[in-house]
Amino acid sequence: MPLSAYLELAAVVFAIGLFGVLTRRNAVGILLGIELMLNAVNINLVAFSRFRADLTGVVFTLFTIAITVAEVAVGLAIVIVIFRVRRTIEADHLDLLRG
Amino acid sequence: MTEILGFWVAAVVLVAASLAVVLTPNLFHAVLWLAVALVATGGVFLLLDSPFLFAAQLLLYAGGVVTIVVFAIMLTERLVGESIRQTSRFVFNGAALSAAVFVGILGFVLQAGAVARPAAAADQLRDLGRALVGPFAFPLQLIGVLLVIALLGALYFARTED
Repeated sequence: MPLSAYLELAAVVFAIGLFGVLTRRNAVGILLGIELMLNAVNINLVAFSRFRADLTGVVFTLFTIAITVAEVAVGLAIVIVIFRVRRTIEADHLDLLRG
Repeated sequence: MTEILGFWVAAVVLVAASLAVVLTPNLFHAVLWLAVALVATGGVFLLLDSPFLFAAQLLLYAGGVVTIVVFAIMLTERLVGESIRQTSRFVFNGAALSAAVFVGILGFVLQAGAVARPAAAADQLRDLGRALVGPFAFPLQLIGVLLVIALLGALYFARTED
């Protein structure tokens, strides 16, 4: 398959993830959309790495995966704290910081 | 030939599972679909001759992330009893914006010319290991520090008040 096929697949997944981030009400659902978007970016990095015969993209993807795991852990901890305090994780109800 | 077949199988599974992640009303099912999408992404990594990333993807994403999210859902949504159905909002605006972003990316992708695929490296794992302790040794250490900080931060957030 040509490089553009992988890039187009990643673009489709990125757009789907963006749709999820925009439309989900639940904070966990929004995190799932972000996961999809990060995955699409990883596909791009690996595809470019493979077609340029340059290992840097693979190393970068490893780092991205590690950072994503850290982000999910902290994000979900925040979600749990918010749930404890406000008894909801509906993103529409979390407007304490609105001026 | 096998690559073309594998690509289409992985692509169809990945896109279908991604759509299920964002569209299914039940959040718990969405996480399970996310696991399918992550494994399909691992399959794409395999097609791109990166078996190590496939393993990391399975271990960290499909194993770790999905488990954490399932725990978070069980802690925040009372799975038994109350329904965890949820409706979406701004569906049409979201679809329009996502489609616009997709078309924008596609415009860039289609402008690019075809690139020949170089031969696969004989031993990617060895090169990867050398790169991680050679030119990327410092970032690798930073990742370790970041993981420790993230763990401590998550612990701090999730601690019980006493």
